[in-house]
Amino acid sequence: MSAVAEKPARMDDNGLIVQLWAAIRREPITQFFLFILIIIMVVAAFADFIAPYNPVQQSLLRLNQMPSADHWLGTDHYGRDVLSRIIYGARNSLLIGIISPIIAAVVGTFLGVVAGYFGGWADRLISRVVDLLLAFPALLLGILVAAALGSGFWDMVAVLTVAFAPQFARIARASTLAMRSEPFVEAAVSCGVGPLRIIARHILPNISGSIVVVLTLWIATAIRLEATLSFLGLGTQAPNPSWGNIIRDGLNNIFGSSWPIIAAGAAITLTVLAFNMVGDAVRDVLDPETRDD
Amino acid sequence: MFRLVALRMLDAIPTMLLALTLVFITLRMLPGDPAIAALGEYATPQQLELFREQMGLNLPLWQQYFVFLWDVVTLDFGESLISSFSVGQLIALHLPFTIELTIAAMLMGTIMALPLGVIAATQRGKSADSSTRIFALLGFAVPDFYLGALMLIVFALNLGWFPISGGGSDFWDRMHHLALPAFTLGILKAAFLSRLTRSSLLEVLQKDYIRTARAKGGRERRVIYRHGLRNALLPIATGLGLSTLATLSGSVAIELIFNRPGLGNLLVGAIEQRDYPVMQAGIVVFAFFVVLVNLALDIIYIFIDPRIRSE
Repeated sequence: MSAVAEKPARMDDNGLIVQLWAAIRREPITQFFLFILIIIMVVAAFADFIAPYNPVQQSLLRLNQMPSADHWLGTDHYGRDVLSRIIYGARNSLLIGIISPIIAAVVGTFLGVVAGYFGGWADRLISRVVDLLLAFPALLLGILVAAALGSGFWDMVAVLTVAFAPQFARIARASTLAMRSEPFVEAAVSCGVGPLRIIARHILPNISGSIVVVLTLWIATAIRLEATLSFLGLGTQAPNPSWGNIIRDGLNNIFGSSWPIIAAGAAITLTVLAFNMVGDAVRDVLDPETRDD
Repeated sequence: MFRLVALRMLDAIPTMLLALTLVFITLRMLPGDPAIAALGEYATPQQLELFREQMGLNLPLWQQYFVFLWDVVTLDFGESLISSFSVGQLIALHLPFTIELTIAAMLMGTIMALPLGVIAATQRGKSADSSTRIFALLGFAVPDFYLGALMLIVFALNLGWFPISGGGSDFWDRMHHLALPAFTLGILKAAFLSRLTRSSLLEVLQKDYIRTARAKGGRERRVIYRHGLRNALLPIATGLGLSTLATLSGSVAIELIFNRPGLGNLLVGAIEQRDYPVMQAGIVVFAFFVVLVNLALDIIYIFIDPRIRSE
């Protein structure tokens, strides 16, 4: 996607992946959640083969059934198989939840680096807008942009990008400011190296570590925000399943069956928890000072 | 000090202006036609034209901008396209339910969080600490509306202890309707605040004056509450303030779950029913609260932290 998202942080001599793997090997709980994450991703990717039923196939003969051998999580008020809807819902929730923070990281890092490196009016403008956006809870920004844009797949990605980009801009700006006064950057400037080259060669590789930390932690938030917007009816639209709109659907049928709500909510909670735990492990490797213990 | 407060209040005006500009840009300039959004894709060109004229969407953009600002300043939000009430009346009817939910949730969250945080900090590394950590991890992961739905299913539908929907009429009825949604948001607040209390208290407990208090023979309880927690309160207050806005926005989904007639429910309903004037006003009111809460926080800091005053 970009130099920022792909380039590993230059920390010690060991590569990022090696360090991460070493850290994960010491933590059985992190291993467990990494395993859960991999399962969820495989299920989402191969939904066509794994889901036992068509997720939008309705049937009057099996409305609001309790869990059974045929329907492990029961059926909803249209007779659709809940498990299959959850499995297909994983696809929407994960795709939006992973793609949006990556785009937000690219956009936010660009704005933050421009503000931090060049300063002046660009910095004042960007900082003022970023401060304002940061004052708004992400959900409110999401509602505002979703109300204006609509609720297609890329609309949702745009909504979450607007909600998250300011977070990345703030961090990228602060790290760039710190880097600017480093001797090797000043040396490069005094040698007459152009700003683009300095940013690409010296600034970006050195701030990408902190960006990646924020990125892994925001994926969990993005999945939760997408679920909330879909629940509010502003995200992925029925009958196309997403974990959020399955809960909304279930709320309208709460006297019929509570299984869709229980199952979809458990899926969101487990996924967010797994991303948080793995994200914490990434943070502990890249940014050991902020460890919470 | 009052000069500082006055300066900070003056600074809220450009911030509010910027927030309104952001709302205006998002609603009017993003791709997507408000007229089509309001009337649907099957509206005839004549209907669209009539709507644009009524809403002033035919004017040049800069004129629309000033009309928009003027309407906000004079609190004239126009008429709802669906309800027979004016937009101003609708907001006045719904706002109290959202405010009482936010305040009750913050209170419940704080009352639960402080003892949990103190226990976690004083029993650091023991099982009580691990339990609050697991509680916090779950609290970060579970979406508020899911927890609300579970509460609704268990305590309202199955046990019948609480009403299933609505906001209530007289005082006690309102409290009865408020309890479950406020508790839902309060628990999640406590997950966040208890970790904050723990880390803030742990930091304070390492300070020299705590050692002095202990050396003087102060009872442990007194040392922790009088000397420790008191000094740990400032970062907790900051976290509390920041999470006020999260609670306010979290109330949107909770109101939908418990079918409370609050501002969030009004806003989401307006977006779904394409009631453009109500939607625009609802967003402006939320934006106003964002600026107001940030302003109130800054002013509170001026009062409780002497260091800011001396700057």
